[in-house]
Parts: sequence; structure tokens; C-alpha cells
Amino acid sequence: MTTLPPPGRKKLGLVIDLDTCVGCHACATNCKEWNTGGHSAPLPDHDPYGADPNGVWFNRIHTFEAGEGTSSRTVHFPRSCLHCETPACVTVCPTGASYKREEDGIVLVNEDACIGCKLCSWACPYGAREYDTDAGVMKKCTLCIDRIYNENLPEAERVPACVATCPASARHFGDLGDPDSDISKLVAARDGRELMPELNYKPVNRYLPPRPPKKETGSTGAGARLDPVTAQSAEGGGRFLRWVDRVLSR
Amino acid sequence: MHPAYSVIFFTTASGAGYGLLALMAIFGILDGVPADPWFGAIGLGLGTALVTGGLLSSTFHLGHPERAWRAYTQWKSSWLSREGVLATATYVPLALTAWGWIVEGSLDGAFGFFAAFLAILCILTVHATGMIYATLRTIHAWHNRMTVPGYLCFAWLTGGMWFQVLCQIFGYQSVWTATICMAPTVAVWLVKRKYWGSIERTPGPVTRESATGLEGMGPVRLLDPPTTTENFVQREMGYHIARKHALSLRRIAWFTYFLIPFALIVSTTELDPWIAIPGAVLAAISVSVSAVIERWLFFAEAKHAVMLYYGAEAA
Repeated sequence: MTTLPPPGRKKLGLVIDLDTCVGCHACATNCKEWNTGGHSAPLPDHDPYGADPNGVWFNRIHTFEAGEGTSSRTVHFPRSCLHCETPACVTVCPTGASYKREEDGIVLVNEDACIGCKLCSWACPYGAREYDTDAGVMKKCTLCIDRIYNENLPEAERVPACVATCPASARHFGDLGDPDSDISKLVAARDGRELMPELNYKPVNRYLPPRPPKKETGSTGAGARLDPVTAQSAEGGGRFLRWVDRVLSR
Repeated sequence: MHPAYSVIFFTTASGAGYGLLALMAIFGILDGVPADPWFGAIGLGLGTALVTGGLLSSTFHLGHPERAWRAYTQWKSSWLSREGVLATATYVPLALTAWGWIVEGSLDGAFGFFAAFLAILCILTVHATGMIYATLRTIHAWHNRMTVPGYLCFAWLTGGMWFQVLCQIFGYQSVWTATICMAPTVAVWLVKRKYWGSIERTPGPVTRESATGLEGMGPVRLLDPPTTTENFVQREMGYHIARKHALSLRRIAWFTYFLIPFALIVSTTELDPWIAIPGAVLAAISVSVSAVIERWLFFAEAKHAVMLYYGAEAA
């Protein structure tokens, strides 16, 4: 059913740290790798090594510049489904293929019921849904539903593929409905942001803004100023080395 | 938004069809036109053909047309589903009205009731079509009070002009039929003026800063897009039309939905059928062209919030 379930206590989601993300695209790559064999498999991958590569990805990494002049920052920005609490992509679906799970809040597509009308992709402001032209159905991030509950995986690996692979630990997975969970505390400590709050889809995922840049030196024991070494070494080298320097500089 | 031809054809053809069917029903009930079986057969037949052709073409852009029946199930939440239910339900009073008009030669009693029901369902179906677009908060231009009136007025305008053509051919034209097909030229003009004025004046609620959660860090701009080639989201949502082309298309639309049909109807309706019929046909063709231009612009000018992630200045 595309009417929304009553709000659940459990809100599984991601927290993405824009301070530490290095923009390596590993999350997107591992996401594609896992999901092309997972719940929504296969993900189309047309002309992958040619001039016009195209296909479905659940994760896309943008790079933005925020601020102006010397104080501007480069911010790498991974974008995926935010598993909204009131997702319009679910309610606009005419067939019931799009749904939100009551038990954990994950938004999924039942590919057997999808007619491929693409209206859900219009209703999503985050660009989370991509159409599979081969299968004629819409696909989206499943929050790796086939990993997080997968008892065949070691417990430490029961996190979404993007979280498991992030080399900078910029991605965190957990229950954002529980104020005492580690990621809820992280959001509280770092002023985690909701994207496009104006549209009121109540996304579950949060983005941690970059920390303010350090303008003062830390107390590392080093002097605040370093003396130039060039003149010193030339003098210290004596007449012979100056002669060698002159000969070699010719 | 990418203007898909199947959706443009669907909404303009079915709009004209529902407009024509509603006017046939209303004029039939009120004895504005006689219950002539041939007139009924051609009028209701043309309306049915436009509606059915439009509905069939709307399935062409589906990935799985064979599952289209599933779209009847989610009427509780989805305007697209409601549109499907209403469009299908319309065939019931349509068949009963056609029976009364064509076979019984009368719209009295129960048949009048069916015709009234037909008119109401036609209006509700077009309303549902408009609501599909008007409820999308992601597209600021469409999330607009003038979107649904735009759909309704264009259905009235295009259906009304074809209704007038049939009335002229059968000799049933009157000051009422002429008035009812000219009124929407003014209505469309006012509605589209308001629509275009409002999309010019009011910026969308979302900014690149709020889209990225980077408010307070200064202006945000795209440095690197995620892909080297256009992906699905960019192809579907990233259609862009140059402003000067949009403005000239708006002017062409104004000529074809207002000036040309208004002038033709005013100047030819009272004349000899040899002039009045071609005049009405030209007016009907003109408004049909205007509906396609307007619908194409409705898509091409609409900016989707997701494009803020791809460097759009505003959405």
C-alpha cells in the first residue's frame, strides 16, 4: 500500500560526515557492486568503458565549493535515498509498488508491481530514484536490506555496503529514531542537518556539516615562525661549496 | 522537466475529449442542442475517441503497460491512481448517455441523470490529471494554484471549440454554443497570465545551501558533478529551455489560444455555413495547437528541485 504506515519508533538511516568525506566514490562503487547482486539485481551498466557510460546507481557523489575566496571549502557530498518519514515518492505511486516499512522505516520498491511510470522519481527532490530501462521498473537504495539483517554475514558486516567500505569513516549507520543510539548522539553533537527541510518530507538521514577551519596553530611545541634556512646553509657550506654552487648553476 | 510526447499527447487529447463529452452532456440535458441521434453519435464518438486515444498513449511511456491495471488500487493516496479510476468510471455514464441519446433519441428522465453524471466525472478526471502535477512540491512551477485551473480551462477550450464545429456542421449553433466556446479563450488567457506571472515572481523554497545542509558557510556552487555523462535524473528532470524561446512560445500560444479563435468565432459564427464551418474548424485547430504548445511549455519551463544538486541556480 502506498498510504504511509503509522510512524514507527525505529528509523534506520545514515549519517554522512561532510567534514571527513574525501570524495573517493568508494561508497558508490561498493554500493553498485553489492546491489547489482542483491535485492534489486541486476543494476544496468551500459557502455561502462565507452564514451557514454550509463546505468543505475543508488549513490552519487557531488563535489561542491562552499563560501568565497580563501575561506571557501571543498565539500564532497554523497547523495542517496534519505528514507523520509513522509516520502511523497511512496504516496504518489499508483500501484502500491512503492512502500515504506513500518518496522524500520526503509523505503522500498516492489519490482513485481512497478509499472515504470516514473512519477515517484518526479516526487523525490533528492534524486534518489533511478529508472532501470532494461527491467522497466524504478530502483532505489534499499539501505542494504539484504546485508543489515543477513545472518550469513559476520555481525560487524551487517551494515550498508557504503558504510562498510568508507575508508574515511564518513558514513554511519544506525537507528535515528532512538535518541540514545550512537548516531543520534553524533547528530546532536555535530549539528546534523536535514536536507531541504522546506519541502517537509522529513528525511531520516542526516548530514554533518564540515567543522569550522582552524585559524590558530595548535600547541605542538614548534615556533610560531621558522627562520629561513637558505642563507644559513650557503654560509655554513663555506667557500668551496659556494664555488661548486656557482659552477653547477652556470 | 523533460517534455515526453506521449504525456503531452495524452493530456491534450484526453482534455479535449473530456471537455467535448462534458459539453455534449450539459447541452443535451439543458436542451441547448436537440437529441439528434447522429449528432449524439458523432459528438460522443469523437469525445470517446479522443479520450481513449489519449489514455492508450499514456501507457506507451510505461515500463510495464501490462501491469497498468494495478494503477486502480492506490486511489487512497495517489492522484495518478484516482485519475485512472475516474477515467475508467467515466465510461459507464458515457455508455448510458450514448444509449439514451443515440438509441432512445432522448435525454429525459434517467438518461438526463446519467448525462449529468458523465459531465461531473469528465470534470473530476481532468481535475485529477491537474492534481498529479499540482501536488508535486518538488516542482515549484507546478505546485501552483493555477495548475489545475489551467488543465480544466484547456479541456473546456479545446473541447468547446470542437463542440462548436459539430454544432456548425449540424446547424445547431446558437449564441449559447458560441459563448460557451469563447468564454474559455478569456479564461485561459487569465489563468496562464497568472501562472506565468507567479512562476516568474516567486522563487522555489529550496536553495543549493539548504539542499546540501551547508547553510552558514556562504554560497554553495557545484565543483564536480557525480558523472561524466548525463544520468537518468538529469535526462528526466534537467530539461532546460532558453528564456527567449520560452517567451516567444508563450506569445505564439497566446495568439493560438486567444486571439485567433476569438476573432474567428466572433467574425464567422453568424455567417453562411460555407464560411462559419471553416471558421470554426480553424479555431478548433488553433486551440488544439495552442494546447500542445502550452503543455510542452508546462514541462519545459518547470524546474525540479533535484537540479540544485547539479548546479542549477534555482529551482
